[in-house]
Amino acid sequence: MKITDIVSETYFSLTANKVRTGLTMLGIVIGIGSVIAMVSVGQGAQSSIESSIQSIGSNLLIVSPGAQRGPGVQVSAGRGTAQTLTQEDANAIIKDVTLAKAVAPEISRRYQITAKGTNTNTQVVGTVSAYPTVRNIEIDTGSFISDQNVKSLSRVTVIGSTVRDDLFGIGSDPIGQAIKINKIEFKVIGVTKSKGGSGFGSSDEMVFVPLSTAQRYLAGDTYVTSISIAAESASAMTAIQQQVKDLLLERHKIQDPTLADFNIINQADIVATASSITGVFTMLLGAIAGISLLVGGIGIMNMMLTTVTERTREIGLRKAIGAKRRDISTQFLVESIMLTFLGGVIGVLFGWGLAWAVTAFAGITTSVSTSSVLLAFGVSAAIGIVFGYYPARRAARLNPIEALRYE
Amino acid sequence: MIECKNITKTYVNGDMETTVLKNVSFTIEDGEYVAIMGPSGSGKSTLMHILGALDSPTSGTYKLDGHDVSKLSDDELADVRKNKIGFVFQSFNLLSRATVLRNVALPLLYSEMPRHTRNEHVEKALISAGLEKERWSHLSNQLSGGQMQRVAIARSLVNNPSIIFADEPTGNLDSKTGEIVLDTFQKLNKNHEHTIVLITHEKYVAEHADRIIHIQDGMIVEDRKNTSKRMTNHTHKE
Ligand SMILES: Nc1ncnc2c1ncn2[C@@H]1O[C@H](COP(=O)(O)OP(=O)(O)OP(=O)(O)O)[C@@H](O)[C@H]1O
Ligand SMILES: [Mg+2]
Repeated sequence: MKITDIVSETYFSLTANKVRTGLTMLGIVIGIGSVIAMVSVGQGAQSSIESSIQSIGSNLLIVSPGAQRGPGVQVSAGRGTAQTLTQEDANAIIKDVTLAKAVAPEISRRYQITAKGTNTNTQVVGTVSAYPTVRNIEIDTGSFISDQNVKSLSRVTVIGSTVRDDLFGIGSDPIGQAIKINKIEFKVIGVTKSKGGSGFGSSDEMVFVPLSTAQRYLAGDTYVTSISIAAESASAMTAIQQQVKDLLLERHKIQDPTLADFNIINQADIVATASSITGVFTMLLGAIAGISLLVGGIGIMNMMLTTVTERTREIGLRKAIGAKRRDISTQFLVESIMLTFLGGVIGVLFGWGLAWAVTAFAGITTSVSTSSVLLAFGVSAAIGIVFGYYPARRAARLNPIEALRYE
Repeated sequence: MIECKNITKTYVNGDMETTVLKNVSFTIEDGEYVAIMGPSGSGKSTLMHILGALDSPTSGTYKLDGHDVSKLSDDELADVRKNKIGFVFQSFNLLSRATVLRNVALPLLYSEMPRHTRNEHVEKALISAGLEKERWSHLSNQLSGGQMQRVAIARSLVNNPSIIFADEPTGNLDSKTGEIVLDTFQKLNKNHEHTIVLITHEKYVAEHADRIIHIQDGMIVEDRKNTSKRMTNHTHKE
């Protein structure tokens, strides 16, 4: 059989019965599309959680005040309420914990902030020049607070992009303008780059001032809310954690480590917890996707089997007029390849569209991965081809009269 | 040459065995024109399917041009059907969603014939079968029974086979179109170039053949030369 004949027969078969072709393709399209969309939601969620954790900083340790739970004693002092960490603690860490790459103490509280005719209520963070390094913050325009600013108690401020949008209008340039924090005037010297997302404590919604200024004008004491420590590498984190712990226990004159009046949170712990959650999530979605692939696959299989059964008479006739087994199997193979390929391409586009629609209308981050496309496409193509080809091959083995009598 | 020796065909459905052909033996020489007659259910179509290498007998040997058909491989059988045999089914077996032209051209797909010469053969076959030109582009499920029959006949002729098996080829035709078909067979048989085997109920049609075989209950009850051979009136022009 000539190739041109095979192509023309395939075209004829697929167009002659549009309903059958349409239904088979629909099965493939839905099978592939739903898998791709489903997996894209799972992976989108996973990557958005991961990037939100990464945005806090990398290799980060956060020391916060508050007592750990001692044996038999219920201490209800939570983070931010107890004042046990001081500027001196931070200085000691800077001086003694040599493995730390950067240390940034901070004092944070919500204040009412006003500019010309606008106002907002947001987190004000008093900190030092090392903060951007520790917390992965980038400056969009202007500059961050300098050591000089801290030393001289400058009343300058760096604002987050959302704060800028709220106070001065979207995309405006507020450098040199004045804002009032708790009725005290500060000059804007920089705007941070937006990190997007709305994770807890997004830097987009923060206002930064020099630590010393915040202590003097806003808080009125020298306690700090937390001390962030960036390690050089992930492997140094445990050692640093131990050093910081020992140092602070000694400074606070506490013998029993279980009675420590501070907490050290390790970013690795957060990542581990979060990834175990997203792992479960992804597994769940994967299972759903697997089931839809199975259901889609059974749909494709069903359609293919019905088609071949329905066409056994045709196979009988073709054999009766001189078709060889190979001619029949080639025709059906090419047909199922065409069908699954066309359906597959449409299915991929459909899945993509679905993922896009989920993002556009439900605001859920989605990410279509190549592996899910390949998997969905591969599985349905395999099912389509196998169940289009093998029954046809079997039918081609019947003698023409048996095939023509087939019901 | 067709040689049948003790051909028996038995169908088994569950516990029930039906023997449709019982020890049928005969020989048809190249270039013969044979009519097979017999009552309904006597096994005529079953015999034709075996002769056409479409079905195999339960026992007995069938030799076509000296080759034992039961010993041929599937591919060899396909070649025999493609090159030697033209078969007109009692129930036509057309592809219902395909046009007349496509149906008739179907056997050519599997032959080595180049595409550009196919149309010529298809048209010639359709004219020989007496199908009006305005029907050629119709889908075959839009045709009357007689028109379908003529498409089936055209399909059997298109490969220029040496043997034509026709199962009731005029069963659905009026006398005028029946005449066209019989005329075509007669022309093909002229100079004994093509062997023709046809099944019919009608004595009038059978009398166009050189030899008439009568079948009853799966057995040959009469096999005689036709002494009163009828000729068509050549009303049909080529
Ligand atoms: N697959 C089958 N299983 C069982 N019996 C069958 C089968 N096919 C045919 N028969 C039987 O074989 C017998 C002969 O059938 P066949 O089609 O050869 O008859 P026929 O002579 O062509 O009749 P008609 O003139 O009506 O076409 C019938 O009695 C039929 O019931
Ligand atoms: Mg019959």
